[in-house]
Amino acid sequence: MITAGIDVGAKWVKVVLLRDGEIIGRGRELTGFEQKESASKALAAALQEAELQETHIDRTVATGAGRNDAPGNPIELTEVTAAAIGAVHVDGSARTVIDVGAEEGRAVRTSEDGKVVDFAVNEKCAAGSGAFTEAMARALETPVEQIGALSLESSQAIPMNAQCAVFAESEVVSLLHAKTPKADIARAVHDAIANRIVSMARKVGINEEVVVIGGVARNVGFIDSVERELELKVKVPEDPEYVSALGAALHAANTEA
Amino acid sequence: MASMAMTKYPTEPLQCWNKAKELRQLYYENYAKAHEKGGIRWAGGAWSFDAVPMGLGSDVYPLTSEPYAASIAFDREFSKRCLEATEKKGYARDLCSYMRNYWGSVLLNEYAFGGPFPKPDFMWQDHVCCSHAKWYQVVRELEGGAIPYYCVDVAIGPYSEVSGKQHRVQYVVDQLHEGIEFLESATGRKYDDALLIEAVKNECRSTSVWAEISVLNKTVPAPLDEKTMYSLYVLGTLHKASKEVADFYEELRDEVRDRVARGVAAVGNERCRVITDTQPPWGFLKIFRYMEKYGCISVGSLYTFALIGVWEDKPDGTWGPRTTPMEAGTPMETRDQALHILADWNLSKPEWQHFYSPDIKSDLMLRIAKEWKLDGMMLHYNRGCEGLSLGIAENRLALIDAEIPVMVFEGNMGDESEFDEAATRNRIDSFMESLGIKRPGEVLQ
Repeated sequence: MITAGIDVGAKWVKVVLLRDGEIIGRGRELTGFEQKESASKALAAALQEAELQETHIDRTVATGAGRNDAPGNPIELTEVTAAAIGAVHVDGSARTVIDVGAEEGRAVRTSEDGKVVDFAVNEKCAAGSGAFTEAMARALETPVEQIGALSLESSQAIPMNAQCAVFAESEVVSLLHAKTPKADIARAVHDAIANRIVSMARKVGINEEVVVIGGVARNVGFIDSVERELELKVKVPEDPEYVSALGAALHAANTEA
Repeated sequence: MASMAMTKYPTEPLQCWNKAKELRQLYYENYAKAHEKGGIRWAGGAWSFDAVPMGLGSDVYPLTSEPYAASIAFDREFSKRCLEATEKKGYARDLCSYMRNYWGSVLLNEYAFGGPFPKPDFMWQDHVCCSHAKWYQVVRELEGGAIPYYCVDVAIGPYSEVSGKQHRVQYVVDQLHEGIEFLESATGRKYDDALLIEAVKNECRSTSVWAEISVLNKTVPAPLDEKTMYSLYVLGTLHKASKEVADFYEELRDEVRDRVARGVAAVGNERCRVITDTQPPWGFLKIFRYMEKYGCISVGSLYTFALIGVWEDKPDGTWGPRTTPMEAGTPMETRDQALHILADWNLSKPEWQHFYSPDIKSDLMLRIAKEWKLDGMMLHYNRGCEGLSLGIAENRLALIDAEIPVMVFEGNMGDESEFDEAATRNRIDSFMESLGIKRPGEVLQ
């Protein structure tokens, strides 16, 4: 059986194709303004990698904020459930899943079989998401890919008071004017996001193992801040941004329309 | 856990629905036209002892502020203008959103039901929360400072500590006695105790019968859904001591009993039951209809059950309508007797207890979860009401400890700018998935 999981996120569309539970293809495309087109392109990339045609797909499940724009007529699945299924599949010991994407952060407490026990999602605020990191990287005039490694060079913790991304940017600019080292500011940014995300995770309860997924999980500075805030080591799976798409594809294999 | 089967129950509209709408419309018209009829009008909170001003005559028309403000909130364009007017005047955005909508209506001099805002002849309020304590003080200032204003302090609870401590009830009764002197002085009218006694009897009847209606929703399938109940319970918030409301609730109770007997459901595909807690985001009641696509019905809320219903523990251990003084044969022949009954009756109102401790609210939620056969609960972090939102996070923890699935969403009962409809729908989707409720047409293999 061939199933597709399409995660139409706020910034990237991710696609995972499975044959009998094994990954056979993946695709990724910037979401942009034309979500439908981007989702189709990401699916086409995954099909090309798997050397398949769309007609070979038996069932598709779409997740993510733009899941309504996924190609075909997929079954819909929320990001919360997709994250739980995907994370428990890649790491059977996962009981708390922290998923941080471009626009949203969420924490999910799961059961052994990947079912959602409780969840929390950040409200309409970018303070706990990848968009916050990007905005702060711009203020620091540092490529977002480098801000994680930069923060690991920090020698002191600086508290960041603003919770709002807009005000936080002003705070970063003030710190720069005060000649605060960039590395310390980068760490302050990650500590601030980690603080928001960890308080959300604490709402649902921290049960080890804690697995962090989503694009922001690639940011080593953020992970370092999360571990300090939680006072425990977390696990980051390989290619964390694909985990929800994988969860959707796995759900497709266990569901029928 | 809810059954996965797509059950179909018969459903039909409420016969007395239009009558409820007419009563509400008439209430707001009567208030606006009171002076044309030679009557007088007063304004005050829905929690106020509204039976007391009724002793001034049968031509005394009230305007209760919270349901009026909820009506404004439902009209999102008007609400926005009201909120802007209040902010422009210099009041903070994080105050009670009912209060801000109400003040905005006064400031704009626009009545939500047409024409200029009808200025009350006097104001009759009680201090149920911090906002209620200041609400009409500000209205009085906005209206020029000359409107007579009386406010009753009720901070003597919780009711579990009132029992056997009659001096606490006496504290409220003494204020009501003084309040009657105030009413005579403010209006120049002679007070009629017979009208007071009739009003107290009507209030006991309407609030006990509303609890009885809420009990009928323990039935599976539920004969009423929460969105419909909002349109019915509101009559109690408008004028719980009026004969019209008491009579209407008896008519409604008889119709709901009949629905239960015939197995008529509010939601034909009911397969999952929840309740909500505090005020809803009034501009977005459609989220209740969104839940129905999953066969999920909200069978009530603490707000509708406990703000208008007056309850007691029944001999079989269940929660049911409080026995009225008339049923119990309690004498009510004098002003003092009527005021004692009125004070005790109101102070026992469950919604009032939540102001004292979140534990009281958690215990009540757990009881409702069991007796109303719920699959989960939805809690509204309502930024528009400090009083009833305080402690919700603790309620959530108590529900989780009891292994009751719970979903929280953020919003504001009266300020749409603090509610995210798309995010709330997504959260409902996630909650339904976590309960194992699939979308129509999708089944587990």
